Amino acid sequence: MKKLIQKMGVAVLALFALGSPALAEDLIMARVNAPFPEAMTLLQSAISSRGYTITRLQQVNENLARREFKSDMYRVVYFGKLDEVRQVTAAHPELIPFLPLNITIFAEGEQAILVASHPQALQQFFPDPALKPVLERWEKDMDEIMDELREGANS
Amino acid sequence: MLLRLLALILLGGLGCSQAQADLNGAKLYARNCAACHGEKGTGGIGVPLALPSFQASISDDYLRKTIHLGRPGRVMPTFSSLKEDEIDAIVGYVRSWNSGPAVTYSDKPVQGNPTHGKQLFRKYCVACHGVNGEGAKGTGVTFSRPRDLPIMAPALHNPGFLAAAPDAMIKATLMKGREGTPMVSFLKQGLKEKDIDDIVSYVRSFEKQPLAGSAQVLQAEKPVIVRDSPYDLKTTVENVKTAVTTHNFFYGRVQTLEYGLTKPETENPKQVIVYFCNISLLNQALAIDPRVGMFLPCRITILEKPDGKVQVMSVNPKVLSRLFNNSELNELCEQMKQNYTAIMEESTL
Repeated sequence: MKKLIQKMGVAVLALFALGSPALAEDLIMARVNAPFPEAMTLLQSAISSRGYTITRLQQVNENLARREFKSDMYRVVYFGKLDEVRQVTAAHPELIPFLPLNITIFAEGEQAILVASHPQALQQFFPDPALKPVLERWEKDMDEIMDELREGANS
Repeated sequence: MLLRLLALILLGGLGCSQAQADLNGAKLYARNCAACHGEKGTGGIGVPLALPSFQASISDDYLRKTIHLGRPGRVMPTFSSLKEDEIDAIVGYVRSWNSGPAVTYSDKPVQGNPTHGKQLFRKYCVACHGVNGEGAKGTGVTFSRPRDLPIMAPALHNPGFLAAAPDAMIKATLMKGREGTPMVSFLKQGLKEKDIDDIVSYVRSFEKQPLAGSAQVLQAEKPVIVRDSPYDLKTTVENVKTAVTTHNFFYGRVQTLEYGLTKPETENPKQVIVYFCNISLLNQALAIDPRVGMFLPCRITILEKPDGKVQVMSVNPKVLSRLFNNSELNELCEQMKQNYTAIMEESTL
């Protein structure tokens, strides 16, 4: 009886611990409760802290402004890890058009919006089992980066 | 003693599980909904969920089905990976903004004359909802640009909407309107309840009509467009640069894939990317959906394989329409696919 009750207690506690948040479909998006410059700094830090190298900051709004099109602050941040890029493109050169990984960030008033595609979604087009762990790792990192900005800036 | 402990855990758990449900609802909302609907439900591209008149006119079931089914072609995705309890948690959180009583609607169909309803629809509804109920233009515009309406007129001729909204809800919305949005009460506009029933029956008849253009997204056969080049890498790169300019783009830069990842001298020179752009087209694309920046600037990869053969490749832009669930991108994606294909074929001719 004592053991049964102990087991029930553990089961009850385990139930409380369950409940991981689910993925949004199609795109990974986050609203960051910080102005664009601050969100941009946080984003670069979150990317770098996961071992990625930022290869380029595409300045979209500046390019639009040169032709007198109006736009809010808008960047595309490209990043990657050399060994991973070499590994996946050696086996699947058709992945090159999807690389390096990137996150789009743009201002919405005093907040910022982040958008990225799900790296894991590439699995449907490239069903190689050897690719799976890399795509899953990218997916996890993307999620963590988004979470860090979403929650970090809000805390 | 153990029984008391277990009882305490269970009782505490009831409170905790409620608190956890609330917490999860807030977290799930922040993760899945806030980017479009605003962190406090004030709206953006998405409906301002916290708007009192919206809260007063929708049921939990409508929210649940909308999250589950989305709005095909109209940006709101299907959240099919969310579990039922997670959807319930989000609904609970969204409902925490509701100060009034919960609304429920009968599933009973409203009986009306759809032919007369169509005439009334043409007179009163098309200005906002479109001739065939396809919804207002401009889905996606509002992320980063000023908007002139507090809410975009939704697509009524959309399988997601029609499955989520019972006749009774459509009727109630027509009768009462939604304060704070352009949706007015059509009783106050002089229509009789019978007229409103007719409009509802016409809206319901969309279910039997072919899928509206605004609910369609393109299906991409393959994610990447590839062409073999008969030329060596260097010549192919030059050909791509030339072809890009003849198709009304300017090429911005030529880099290897590994640019920035390693020292220039150790980059793999056999994976080259030509980046190019047409600023006017870029502005047009961002006006349709500001999120497309993630696939900009345009780029074509030139690759020399280990056997010496050269290929050119690019993302198939038709993938984007489905990815963004935005039918307004369809035409642009088709156009971009043609541009990419033409550039690649010209440079490998």
